[in-house]
Amino acid sequence: MADIALPPQDISVVEGSYLENIGKHKGLAAWLLSTDHKRIGIMYTVMLFSFFSVGVLLGILLRLEMISPGGKLFGPEVYNALFTLHGVIMIFLFVIPGIPVTLGNFFLPLQIGAKDVAFPRLNLFSFYLYVIGSAVILTALFVNGLPDTGWTFYVPYSLRTTTGVTVAVFGVFIVGFSSILTGINFLTTIHRLRAPGMTWFKMPLFVWALYATSWVQIIATPVLAITLLLIIISRVFGIGIFNAAAGGDPVLYQHLFWIYSHPAVYIMILPPMGIVSEIIATFTRRTIFGYKAIAMSSLAIAFIGYLVWGHHMFVAGMSQQADMVFSFLTFIVAIPSGIKVFNWVASMYKGSIDPQPPFLFVMAFMVLFSIGGLSGLVLGSLATDVHLTATYFVVAHFHYIIFGGGVFIFFGALHYWLPKMFGRMYDKKIASWDLLVMFIGFNLLYFPMFIMGYEGMPRRYFTYLPQFETLQHISIAGSWILVAGLIVMFVNLIHGAIKGPRVGPNPWGGTTLEWKTASPPIHENFEEEPVVIHEPYYHEEAFTS
Amino acid sequence: MSEISLPESAKHTGHAGHPKKDVHGIKMGMWLFLMTELLLFSGMFLLYSAYRYFYTKEFHEAAMYTHTLFGTVNTMVLLTSSLTMALSITALERGKKWLSVTFLSSTIALGLGFLVIKYVEWSTEIHEGIYPGSPMLFKHPRGFELFFAMYYLMTGLHGLHVLVGCGLLTVMLIFIIKGKITQEDSVRLEAAGLYWHLIDIIWIFLFPLFYLVN
Repeated sequence: MADIALPPQDISVVEGSYLENIGKHKGLAAWLLSTDHKRIGIMYTVMLFSFFSVGVLLGILLRLEMISPGGKLFGPEVYNALFTLHGVIMIFLFVIPGIPVTLGNFFLPLQIGAKDVAFPRLNLFSFYLYVIGSAVILTALFVNGLPDTGWTFYVPYSLRTTTGVTVAVFGVFIVGFSSILTGINFLTTIHRLRAPGMTWFKMPLFVWALYATSWVQIIATPVLAITLLLIIISRVFGIGIFNAAAGGDPVLYQHLFWIYSHPAVYIMILPPMGIVSEIIATFTRRTIFGYKAIAMSSLAIAFIGYLVWGHHMFVAGMSQQADMVFSFLTFIVAIPSGIKVFNWVASMYKGSIDPQPPFLFVMAFMVLFSIGGLSGLVLGSLATDVHLTATYFVVAHFHYIIFGGGVFIFFGALHYWLPKMFGRMYDKKIASWDLLVMFIGFNLLYFPMFIMGYEGMPRRYFTYLPQFETLQHISIAGSWILVAGLIVMFVNLIHGAIKGPRVGPNPWGGTTLEWKTASPPIHENFEEEPVVIHEPYYHEEAFTS
Repeated sequence: MSEISLPESAKHTGHAGHPKKDVHGIKMGMWLFLMTELLLFSGMFLLYSAYRYFYTKEFHEAAMYTHTLFGTVNTMVLLTSSLTMALSITALERGKKWLSVTFLSSTIALGLGFLVIKYVEWSTEIHEGIYPGSPMLFKHPRGFELFFAMYYLMTGLHGLHVLVGCGLLTVMLIFIIKGKITQEDSVRLEAAGLYWHLIDIIWIFLFPLFYLVN
């Protein structure tokens, strides 16, 4: 299908790549003390996927508890701890830092033609804040027993439980600061360090997505930070700020929590959306359809995303007017996402599609994200939400969005950029077939949850009624298929990064600036400072042949 | 948190054609950081407003128990420190290094003075039996306890910022004396100054909310 042959590539070994040590430090120290955005990006990637593996393991155990009604495997206490840790690790240590700190760190300066981010030392400092914060969260496992509040730390239970909530919350607080500082760094970088000629509307869409994400990070995270601080202070000093007995209002905690945590959903999903645009433009050999609409819809999502937090609280006793306004705004926020999806589909029309693994990941994303997004509208409607809230339906919905949408694109992006990061290629055939396995496993795992949730299966219960047994078993089988697929994928990627065949600077025929330097990139990214003339997705070869 | 104002040396930032420090970029980073600080406090202002709405009368009466004299003196101390901060920056920009050092030292001294007064104030209040969970507050209506919870939380967090600010300014002081911050390269002092003014502004809002609304 690839009818446009790419020009032959120079695959000789790159001199002075960022993988070679320079400076006074040797070995591991040369990595741990490096302020090179590329090395920091790789270190984040290693950390994040370590936590992802732990999160997956906990998720598998959660599913396994459902092997028979009655919850004989772990019992309620351990089950509560498992879903809390699964949530805290996956949300705060994996998907929220997610793509920005890993691939964003690596590719943001490359895509705008800069040598590094605006504040490289601050970047390294953010990394260590992340490391310290995650260490503190993991410490919580060993202090006073496993936290069992769920990842939302809802009061009043989080004030009453004797488990290690204080420590875990403090860890999340520190990780939050890492996130804020990264956001400031990226915003300044995008404003100040773009290559000559790169006007705002010549920036790649991934950069636009990171720009919108960074705003969300610095505007929303401080509110979470203060909310978590209040929990800590309330627990340590016994101040009854959310304690109804002292006149406080627990629902205010929910407000403050979701004022951050709903925009946080867009921190998770905006960067993947940017990457989808990159991959589609590359593998259809076309410029992206509706470039400005996609760029602006990122900002629109970031903005409207602030105004919909109340839809997490329809049953928490808000006034009916508030419920209706929040429901309406929730429908509004679906529009910019819709704009993106339609533009992506339009970009493929009459394109010269080359179905390489990254593109196939995008196809999987389109299906999973659409299911997730549309089921979100079911939850955004007041009448249906009352029936479905706190059921498996919600669990299925956000896993379709965050895992099927966001994380699948994270994987796709690894497949897209790994040749650039390491100058080597993984086995494409294995990657493509493995995606099929993961896709099937994913749907087997989560689709039955829609049905169970609709039929009334509540979330966060360690046991269930016998009528759900078949669907629970399908879901468990799906989880094992998915994990098998994940293992194959990671082995394939790691093997490819170390031992795969060498590739040249531009193995996919990409048009953005990162493909104009060596693979792997050299220390300060470009031999000469690039000058931007064309819009980001201008395919020269396609137009001349 | 203070690292933002201690940016990377010129060789890592910017492009090959601009070996100079990106002053504009550093200031931009600082402004963004100040915004996040404001938002950090905004969560508490939101809580204050909500509880004030629930317990209007109680908040009104509880505010009579705070010591307006302490608050007024502290407001003056902090405002003066902002003045000396601005003077310190201006002095450095005009090349008067030691005058700048003098003003900056006064700023730090005033900041520490603020904390000492705050300490005395808190001690007095705790001595009078005003603290969250105290038997004395228990006798009053429910809003009292919340008012003082907000009072200790917000002034406490603000005090913590004053402390961090003093530490930051001390680092700047050492840099000026050692000649690392100079007339030509004063952006770090300016950024630290911005942080100090932010602390001042937040206090300007805290003062009426806790002392004057009775």
